[in-house]
Amino acid sequence: MLKKIGYKLIIAVGLTAVVIIGVYSYINIVSQSEVLLAEVERHAIQQSETVKNSTRYGMLLNQRDHIHEIINTVGAQPSIRDVRILNKDGEIIYSSEPEDIGKMVDKNAESCYVCHAEDKPIQRLSTEDRTRIFRIDEDSSRVLGVINPIYTESSCWNAACHAHSREQTVLGVLDVTMSLTEVDEQIRSSEVKMVAFAIVAIIAVSLIIGVFVRKWVDTPVNELVKATKQVAGGNLKYSIENISRDELGELERSFNIMIKKLAEARIQLFQSDKMASLGRLAAGVAHEINNPLTGILTYSSFLLKRNEHNPQLHDDLSVIVREAKRSREIVKSLLDFARQSIPRKEAADINVVIRQALKVVENQLSINKIEVVQNLDETMPRVVMDSNQMQQVFINLLVNAADAMGPDGGTITIRTVSIQLSPFGIAQIKSATCPKNHSLIDNEFKIGGLSSIKLKVKLVGDEGIIHIDPIYGKHDNHCNISVPHNTITPLFCPDCDISLVDENKKCPVCTSPVYSIVVPRQGILEGCTKSGCYWQKWDAADLGGERPYVEIYVSDTGCGIREEDLARIFEPFFTTKGQSGTGLGLAVIWGIIDNHEGTITVDSSVGEGSTFRIRLPA
Amino acid sequence: MKTKYDILVVDDEQIIIDAVIKICTTESLKVDATTDAQKAWIKVGKNHYRLIICDLMLPGMDGFQLLEKMKPLDISTAFIVTTGYSTIENAVKSLYLGAIDFLPKPFTSDEFCSAVKRALKYIEIREKHVLKDADSSDDLILYVPCPAKYFRLGYGSWLTRDVNGTVMVGVTDLFLKTVESVDHIKMLEKEQEIFQGNPCAVLETRDGMQHGILAPISGKIIENNGQLKGEITLIEKDPFFKGWLYRVIPDDLGYQMKYLIPGGSEEL
Repeated sequence: MLKKIGYKLIIAVGLTAVVIIGVYSYINIVSQSEVLLAEVERHAIQQSETVKNSTRYGMLLNQRDHIHEIINTVGAQPSIRDVRILNKDGEIIYSSEPEDIGKMVDKNAESCYVCHAEDKPIQRLSTEDRTRIFRIDEDSSRVLGVINPIYTESSCWNAACHAHSREQTVLGVLDVTMSLTEVDEQIRSSEVKMVAFAIVAIIAVSLIIGVFVRKWVDTPVNELVKATKQVAGGNLKYSIENISRDELGELERSFNIMIKKLAEARIQLFQSDKMASLGRLAAGVAHEINNPLTGILTYSSFLLKRNEHNPQLHDDLSVIVREAKRSREIVKSLLDFARQSIPRKEAADINVVIRQALKVVENQLSINKIEVVQNLDETMPRVVMDSNQMQQVFINLLVNAADAMGPDGGTITIRTVSIQLSPFGIAQIKSATCPKNHSLIDNEFKIGGLSSIKLKVKLVGDEGIIHIDPIYGKHDNHCNISVPHNTITPLFCPDCDISLVDENKKCPVCTSPVYSIVVPRQGILEGCTKSGCYWQKWDAADLGGERPYVEIYVSDTGCGIREEDLARIFEPFFTTKGQSGTGLGLAVIWGIIDNHEGTITVDSSVGEGSTFRIRLPA
Repeated sequence: MKTKYDILVVDDEQIIIDAVIKICTTESLKVDATTDAQKAWIKVGKNHYRLIICDLMLPGMDGFQLLEKMKPLDISTAFIVTTGYSTIENAVKSLYLGAIDFLPKPFTSDEFCSAVKRALKYIEIREKHVLKDADSSDDLILYVPCPAKYFRLGYGSWLTRDVNGTVMVGVTDLFLKTVESVDHIKMLEKEQEIFQGNPCAVLETRDGMQHGILAPISGKIIENNGQLKGEITLIEKDPFFKGWLYRVIPDDLGYQMKYLIPGGSEEL
């Protein structure tokens, strides 16, 4: 039980409550009983004075019956145990208990002790010393006794009876004893109440603490424990939700970030590991396949050469030779892929590549009742590309489209067009540095799926980070502090704090200062520092002027892609096909297109279908 | 008396031996074959072969070892290396070790034939040069050797350093002599990349054959010799100067130079 932090905290708080409430209750009870006793004492003294005063006259006149009467009446009161008057020698003269009369009281008895403890009896007593609390015997309740010395007065020695001499200071003692049963009961009951209150308070405090501990400590800690167990079990997709705003929330947040990083690192590790084993496999397969392939290729090309005059056979054989050659290229590209080599690019007709890809999946498409509509522009410029890789792109896209359409089939439309595009709004800045050669590219923060340019922005009294859109002329910038409209934003390198602003250069649109970023081997990117002004200039990109591009649209009438998935479909290992997909198809496509300096985008609506647009520089 | 063969095929795959024999028989070439480099070595001692076509990866002794063992024999036998494990490294290394050509598997019969044709022609030229003192016949084929300060990959292509760190790339006169009667050349365009040991241009001859020229270096083409397209004879007239193919910015000249043979030391 003590293994749980919640219980430990409750016990700690409970013990603290026990100590505090215990001490408080003790002091409270003590002071309360003191007050009660003081009250009883005052009452007893008052009674004693009353008895003394009311018997004074009787004493003077020596009317003993009268005095007896008074003492008996007072002694009959329930709160008063007995009333006695002792003379100087300790003989009981009057008493509410008639049998005591005439008895001698020992000077060492508790009622005499106060004055007679020392050799010579004291004659004056303070009120405080006159009271005493004692028990008659062990089992009886406590008793409060008040002694009231009866001092001599002039009328005593002047009286005719001359009973008392002038030298006698104390003539006797009036002793009143009162039972404390009632008071003791009161004290006991308040003790019981106090203890009950203390127990209730301690339990209540523990419960309340328990509730909050559960809410603020237990739940997040359990959530963290659960998360670590999930992660230890291999589920790196787990992330903690309902994060609070305290330190544990901070811990949960950094845990989530850590797991995300771990997942990314693992994917990268997995990827490179896979690449390495794939490389070994590819090398082995290449060697094994190449021998039989040599047989096929040599025999078929030999036959082809010998049957040049037999058109029927010639056509069929040339298909075998062509496909064997394609297999040879595939094996070669497998080896190249294993070695991560540069694609073998040469000028080719994109329409031809598309038709070849269609031929490969033709059968699969017709089995799935899919109709293919080709809208190919026959005046397309040639594109420098790796035809085999590009063919792989289209095969993957076509297979994906077929998968999206399910058993009822549908239509795939492939359209190609050639267009002219200015680099403004198209060209991507892939590397950027400050004058001191610190890279400004932030691979963590992506804008439109591309790594952004990270700069530090310093305003009066505020400092933040701005992520610049890496597409030249597209201004989807993100800043983590609020920048008012039309403000000059001084920009700095986040690594070395060097200013990137050239005060001498003015923006041709608004004459604000201009920032400049080095794009290695591709000149300098300049832009306006004023927020809201979108002037940007990249001479190296502009120099080329409008460039020809080919655009290829692959549309299907399938199930479409959900809005929330759209941003992630090109991420490695992202799949909506569950176990049947590796999540690598579109990532590979993206890699190939990116390698060809092209872009791929997707437009989709659920239930209506998706359209992939590939743009390649011609 | 040693039996004379045109070709010895060494390959551990019977299908390849069969295919080669089939092609060679149609071309009226006399072929011997074995699946083992050790047996090949014995055969080389017993018989005379003009050409050995040897796989690199063989059980026991491999193609490289056989090639190195053959070198000191100083017999006029040409050596072509084939392998399924077609890395550029292998091709370039075998050419440096004395192989005259590299034929990556799988190959077509045409590719095979053009390689064999060049190899046999190469042997022919070489034999004539060896015998030229004894028999100064008229049909001696003269060729211009690779100039000093030039480097060649095998005997086929050359490079020389030019201004601004660029290199000029071309094809040797000996290669052109083995090819004979170039009709047309297929070249790469500006901005394209070439890779050492991979074909960077294709010569087409009047007999319809295609001969790939292996690039001596990897790099980016910044200029190609446009004159060659209009005037193909230029390449045969002046292969080392006006008949250049490309001007290239090399990727890693220092490393790739180690498999190149300096010109001037004109040993075949």
